[in-house]
Amino acid sequence: MTKSSGTILDTAQQRPPRGESRDETGTGWETVIGLEIHAQLATRSKIFSGASTAYGAAPNTQACLVDLGYPGVLPVLNAEAVRMAVRFGLAIGARIARQSVFARKNYFYPDLPKGYQISQYELPIVAQGSIDIVLEDGSIKRIGVTRAHLEEDAGKSLHEGLPGLTGIDLNRAGTPLIEIVSEPQLRSARDAVAYMKKVHTLVRYLEICDGNMQEGSFRCDANVSVRRAGSDKLGTRTEIKNVNSFRYVEKAIQYEAARQIELLESGGKVVQETRLYDPDKGETRSMRSKEEANDYRYFPDPDLLPVELDEQYIESVRAGLPELPDAKAARFVSQYGLPAYDAGVLTASRELADYYEAVARAVPGEPKLAANWVMGDLAAALNKEGLDIDSGRMPAERLAGLLVRIADQTISGKIAKEVFEAMWSSGESADTLIDTKGLRQITDTSAIEQAIEAVMAKNPAQLAEYRAGKDKLFGFFVGQVMKATQGKANPAQLNELLKKKLPG
Amino acid sequence: MIHRHTLAQLAAELRARKVSSVELARAYLERIQASQPLLNAFISITGEQALAAASAADAALARGEGGPLTGVPIGHKDLFCTEGVRTTCGSRMLENFVSPYDATVVARLRAAGAVMLGKLNMDEFAMGSSNETSYFGPVRNPWNTDLVPGGSSGGSAAAVAARLLPGATATDTGGSIRQPAALCGITGIKPTYGRVSRYGMIAFASSLDQGGVVSASAEDAALMLREMAGFDPRDSTSVDTPVPDYVAGLNAPLEGLKIGLLKEFFDSGLDPDNERCIREALAVFTRLGAKVREVSLPNISLSVPAYYVVAPAECSSNLARFDGVRFGHRCKEPRDLTDLYKRSRSEGFGAEVKRRIMTGTYVLSAGYYDAYYLKAQRVRQLIAADFQRAFAEVDVLMGPATPSAAFAIGAKTADPITMYLNDIYTISANLAGVPAMSVPCGFTQGLPVGLQIIGPHFAEQRLLHAAHRYQLETDWHLRVPERFA
Amino acid sequence: MALNRAQVENIAHLARLELEPAEIPAFQDKLSRIVDFIGELDRADTAGVAPMAHPLPGLAQRLRPDAVTEADAHELYQQNAPQVAAGLYLVPKVIE
Ligand SMILES: [Mg+2]
Ligand SMILES: [Zn+2]
Repeated sequence: MTKSSGTILDTAQQRPPRGESRDETGTGWETVIGLEIHAQLATRSKIFSGASTAYGAAPNTQACLVDLGYPGVLPVLNAEAVRMAVRFGLAIGARIARQSVFARKNYFYPDLPKGYQISQYELPIVAQGSIDIVLEDGSIKRIGVTRAHLEEDAGKSLHEGLPGLTGIDLNRAGTPLIEIVSEPQLRSARDAVAYMKKVHTLVRYLEICDGNMQEGSFRCDANVSVRRAGSDKLGTRTEIKNVNSFRYVEKAIQYEAARQIELLESGGKVVQETRLYDPDKGETRSMRSKEEANDYRYFPDPDLLPVELDEQYIESVRAGLPELPDAKAARFVSQYGLPAYDAGVLTASRELADYYEAVARAVPGEPKLAANWVMGDLAAALNKEGLDIDSGRMPAERLAGLLVRIADQTISGKIAKEVFEAMWSSGESADTLIDTKGLRQITDTSAIEQAIEAVMAKNPAQLAEYRAGKDKLFGFFVGQVMKATQGKANPAQLNELLKKKLPG
Repeated sequence: MIHRHTLAQLAAELRARKVSSVELARAYLERIQASQPLLNAFISITGEQALAAASAADAALARGEGGPLTGVPIGHKDLFCTEGVRTTCGSRMLENFVSPYDATVVARLRAAGAVMLGKLNMDEFAMGSSNETSYFGPVRNPWNTDLVPGGSSGGSAAAVAARLLPGATATDTGGSIRQPAALCGITGIKPTYGRVSRYGMIAFASSLDQGGVVSASAEDAALMLREMAGFDPRDSTSVDTPVPDYVAGLNAPLEGLKIGLLKEFFDSGLDPDNERCIREALAVFTRLGAKVREVSLPNISLSVPAYYVVAPAECSSNLARFDGVRFGHRCKEPRDLTDLYKRSRSEGFGAEVKRRIMTGTYVLSAGYYDAYYLKAQRVRQLIAADFQRAFAEVDVLMGPATPSAAFAIGAKTADPITMYLNDIYTISANLAGVPAMSVPCGFTQGLPVGLQIIGPHFAEQRLLHAAHRYQLETDWHLRVPERFA
Repeated sequence: MALNRAQVENIAHLARLELEPAEIPAFQDKLSRIVDFIGELDRADTAGVAPMAHPLPGLAQRLRPDAVTEADAHELYQQNAPQVAAGLYLVPKVIE
């Protein structure tokens, strides 16, 4: 697994937004979106050849005769690609085809060496599954997955630095993909992003895709149409190709829906076409070169036989499935008593969930405290430096060492933040820092009483006002005592004692 | 006259060190060079490599090592990829293509000790029945050089008929081994689909293509096929069942063999002289103790139209990789990408290849797929079922390999359908994937006639056995055109 | 069924073949004859017959273990390439 794209703890985007309308456009139009997600399967070798799939090699050094479509060569299917597709299918409760068939999709393009892409058409390996997403209002919506099929990736065209020419690198050609096709059941750009994130989480849980969006391991085509709210007829759709970030998907769909609405409202018509999202301009534009009518002439690939999977095979794959995000989140709610929201955030990746559980186990009886710290200060610190949860920057035991000191009242929550910062920059343990900095909380009643008495003696006027009924000054005394004890007085004890002492 | 010896004899003589591989290679290379202006059977003659391989073979034999074919000269149809040697597929498209790898068939025959003398001419991309579509010029029939040798393995068949080689590889998509074998008076076998690896065999129609052998005798074919056949992990359609020893048991009696006479093959269009030869051959089998009865394959008349949907469909896709980008012909100064594709392909492919690509593109295109492609695949199922029914009753089917003897160069080029119908008796075996042979069984006006023997899946041994027993009784297969005697 | 000129041109374009205007009538004629000929398939009653994509019944796709078996040989493979630079295959500029 390589470094994932974006940050794991994307709390700002995951928190349900408040006061935002589901009708994004707010004009009585409804947006209808279906996504086709291409996830590169994390196999060692290609789907039909023994060439490496490693990213970043020099051009064409990982394109073997099969990947180059040399005359006479033939494809042989990678067992691991099949197993990964089945894992995905089982994870979304889909039907696993006992027999699936590879077909050829015929078209000419320089990054497509054979003049056809080997894909699945009529009989895909996975069909009719579903994925639950959390909508903005916190409710859960089930999105149908029409199908997920195996296919080979194309190569890459490079346009820079070659005047009048395009360079073709076929290292990526033949990399296994699973194309995950949703039903057109997404109704807003935010829905679409939530769905895409959920699929991203899932493929990473299943360890079938590294999810690296910068490297193109996980990318998405969005089919977008609009219709008058209440209509059940689908409008003409456009397809936005190859968007490779969550943010761009959101922006591209928003732009495209708005463009279509404007077009329709001004009496125009949406043209069914392929469009490209330009992140610099924040707009989609028509891909003119691909505008001509495509006729892919699909037919079963005669070089490959039907893929047949029996019950025993499918059950053996099922037995190897990990605990999946929804099940894990449910367990976090029941086992740790976490709110559903926290459970959702903490199970967004397997690494994060594992981290949380390690902390929670090491601080018995304080699962919510652990959740707050992982989602709060730790997440903020990691995000600031663009680090992953498994970067090793703050091992779970070390964070737990701090939380244990909060739990046993050695330090207050406020001091803990100070200690955390010191831990983050120094790499020291909480205990070392608490001792060397003398931050241990004062829980000795007589010591706190002494401090209170000193403050009362110093502030006779305020004391008089308080006693005359100005209750608000209670806070003033808390602050003064804390100041006098450098924040180390146990806040609960301080409260108790002040309540007793101030009235006189 | 060493060239009159069969491949089996040569292999034995080499092992007995009565003849050296270098001597053999020299003798055959001389015959090849001399025949080129007349027959044009070769596209490439690899004398230097051949002599090097031959002396290595002699060294191995001297050490008492070597495989069953060590030192035996052979040739490969020029669609089998040969590492470091030009592989053209009979096309301008691959005029300068040097394969960086060996086809599995090539590697296996080399491992068995065979010495390649050259690459054999063929119809362009194996599309043709007369060898007139080769970019490198037509091959001529050794029995009469005004006539075609048949195709697409015309170079292989002509070379063996003229004894330029004792045996050669060939391929058969719709009759391309059997038809030229019949027209040239030699033995040819197309094995069961999946029996011989297609890896490294430049594809015409992937679900029909099958590599095989042309040789003087069935025994020779058995010797070569035994080395070529077998499972190949690089070919998903290669079948993982053991290869029987095709040579062993060739002499067993034929007593009780149930032969089905293919009724439809005698209905119309069959030249009466050819029919006479076939019936005489059947009489020989009867004498050998076989029982002959008539068998009907009711859907077989649809095999040619079904084939001319399926084969072009697959070829239109298989030949899309020839785009002028990674290998093959590229046009001069392309204006843009589309121009690069269109001109490279139009300059690189000949007219028949273009017609088939276009036919295939048409039958797969939107609106026509069901009516043509799917329909043809259903008809294919009917034809396969016909064979299955027939083989429940008989051991082998027999009939003519071609409607007539060899025809004149240029005689059938005007109308593609006339040419296509030349394969009327051979195509059905490819659609059903069953093995089939052509065996010389007589002459009409000085031209050879071929008897076709068809068996159920994986019955190669049965076919070779029947053919061998027939060849023990007859000498048609040993006749050589006077000029090459 | 006769194919018209536009059909022939469209097929040629799909197949990325360039036909000289002068050779189109000949292609039109021969392709029309072929289309007529394969139209004979209409005669067959194929109701309820499954299409047959492979000649051997009952065979299933074999699966290859996921192992890297191919080493880099791009210099050898590119010896057949008409135009390469810096390991890339070159084509006229592709505009998107
Ligand atoms: Mg798609
Ligand atoms: Zn796709």
